[in-house]
Amino acid sequence: MSFFEVLTIIIPSTLLTAAPLIFTSLGGVFSERSGVVNIGLEGLMQVGAFTAAIATLGLEHAGVGSASPWIAILLAAVAGGIFSLIHAVVSISFRADQTVSGVALNFLALGLTIFLVKMIYDGKGQTPYIGHNIDKINIPGLSQIPFFGPIFFQQVTYTSYLAILVSFLVWFVIFKTAFGLRLRSVGEHPAAADTLGINVSKMRYIGVTLSGVFGGIGGAVYLVTITSNYNVSTIAGQGFLALAALVFGKWHPIGAMGASLFFGFAQALSITSQQIPYLDQLPSVIMLTAPYVLTLIVLTGFVGRAEAPKADGVPYIKGQR
Amino acid sequence: MKVNAFLKKINWMTLLIPVISVVLGLVCGAVIMFAIGYNPLLAYQSIIESIFLQPYYGGETIRAMIPLVLAGLAVAFAFRTGLFNIGVEGQLMVGWFASVACAIIFGHLPKFILLPMSVVAGGAAGALWGFIPGLLKARFKVHEVISTIMMNYIALYTTAYLIKNFLYTEGERTPTIPQAASLSSAFLANLTQGSRLHWGFVVAIIAVTAMWFMLWKTTKGYELRAVGFSPDASEYAGMNVGGNIILSLTISGIFAGLAGAMEGLGTYQYMTINSAFTGIGFNGIAVALLGLNTPVGVTLAGALFAGLQTGGMTMQSNAGVPVELIQIIIALIIFFVGSGYVIKWAADRLKRKGHKS
Repeated sequence: MSFFEVLTIIIPSTLLTAAPLIFTSLGGVFSERSGVVNIGLEGLMQVGAFTAAIATLGLEHAGVGSASPWIAILLAAVAGGIFSLIHAVVSISFRADQTVSGVALNFLALGLTIFLVKMIYDGKGQTPYIGHNIDKINIPGLSQIPFFGPIFFQQVTYTSYLAILVSFLVWFVIFKTAFGLRLRSVGEHPAAADTLGINVSKMRYIGVTLSGVFGGIGGAVYLVTITSNYNVSTIAGQGFLALAALVFGKWHPIGAMGASLFFGFAQALSITSQQIPYLDQLPSVIMLTAPYVLTLIVLTGFVGRAEAPKADGVPYIKGQR
Repeated sequence: MKVNAFLKKINWMTLLIPVISVVLGLVCGAVIMFAIGYNPLLAYQSIIESIFLQPYYGGETIRAMIPLVLAGLAVAFAFRTGLFNIGVEGQLMVGWFASVACAIIFGHLPKFILLPMSVVAGGAAGALWGFIPGLLKARFKVHEVISTIMMNYIALYTTAYLIKNFLYTEGERTPTIPQAASLSSAFLANLTQGSRLHWGFVVAIIAVTAMWFMLWKTTKGYELRAVGFSPDASEYAGMNVGGNIILSLTISGIFAGLAGAMEGLGTYQYMTINSAFTGIGFNGIAVALLGLNTPVGVTLAGALFAGLQTGGMTMQSNAGVPVELIQIIIALIIFFVGSGYVIKWAADRLKRKGHKS
């Protein structure tokens, strides 16, 4: 197998596995930039994936056809946003420990989604498979480019490129707009922001809700492009991987996107390495644990310091210093 | 007289929050069941009847309590030093693996050496998995929430890999451990009509006592709690804050590792290749929070959750309610305990109103 062929396997596979991570970690950027730690990304993805499965099946039943998974992603975004409000209320208004609330959110998401699946499908622990996935396609035009076409634009899904585009959009929103400046100021120094008339609670609610919207999209994309049905192990660690990508990307949208691509690459490699000469000698455990080990190394500061927003994880209580 | 003084010392408000949270959680669970068309009374009745009247479910409840209490102690111990150990799940897994591996590799040794050795192996592996985030925090200021989550996944994939390549047998698991390393007991099983209750409860009792003794009866424990209250003040008082952080997470890891050893040597007698976490570690967070991070509280909270989970099975067969409802209730209880501020605020309001009228 030539190096070129290896690339045509690994790159599309990387793009596929990275897309849900990119969306979800971007959600994490919004939440943590506003000063609310979100351990609940995993649960938000679960809600998104569940909603996508149910919605796609329902829309297919109603005769919507191949547009179903796309509409389902939008519905999952709404569901994720609504579900994340629990985290927002508990950790912002009720001043609960944000990590505790996030852990509970994960519990609730898994329990609730599987409970509902059993309700809807007569005690079965999983949904049927959806009929219309978002398929891997050759992007018209671009896939004809010599050399680059087969590597980057054949056997890929639109969602991967959408995810990359959105991460630039998020970068623009967070670093180039007034809204982004307010969001960041609330996460860095809420008391100062408050003095300037910025509504700290409101900004944080927006941050957390956006993390729910993006987490929901992430989970939905994972479902409609990769697993196609929802059960207890559909989202097993993807949300925590996205959290790692967020930290690895140093709380920066483009960084998070890059880290997600890198983690997607590691996952793709662990799956496809059996087909690739030399790499099949390497134990898969190295590829599987690589994202987590590397995140730990980055956090130790050997490769540039990763600093969280100053007020990340600190509830804001008016008038308290 | 003494009792009176003791009663005065208790902060009733603090005690009230977990109780209110549990009640609210159960009420919410009932409302959900009622709304969907199940019979909540029948569901709760079947839970209570099964765990208190049927020896099998009673035994299984105590069996489920063992790792839950140990996991709860692990979280609570770290909490006392101001650290949030989300890594119990991973520490439990390496503890489980190490105890089973030790039991199988040294299978020829007599019971009085092999059993303690395997238990210790589990604790030691957990300690190592707690030590690393401790070191990262003390030396490089890496936040333990992130690092322990990372360690969880490293544990998950590493143990799966080790089993697959070195201790594999049919059924995606390790071979069964030799009798000489087993905590299981025919006597306890007979007593409870064939439940998997094992001698691990002795280990859990020792651990509960040990935590109380360490934190409240030794100088080191005082230091650990002082660091939890105020790292800056402790530093100023000449305590080694970094060292105490490492120590706290290491001891926390020992408790978690022991929880894993109990599953390996007691409940299952082997380890499966896990593709996802056991959930015991995350439940441990709930147990610790509800138990107010005290040894007695953790034991009570562990009993409650173990009872709910075990009884939840009969709830599914008797009232038709999916067992996931229990997980929803537990999640709600954590939310309520976490929102203690609001409960306090509401109680204050009620009190004030009471005075006015």
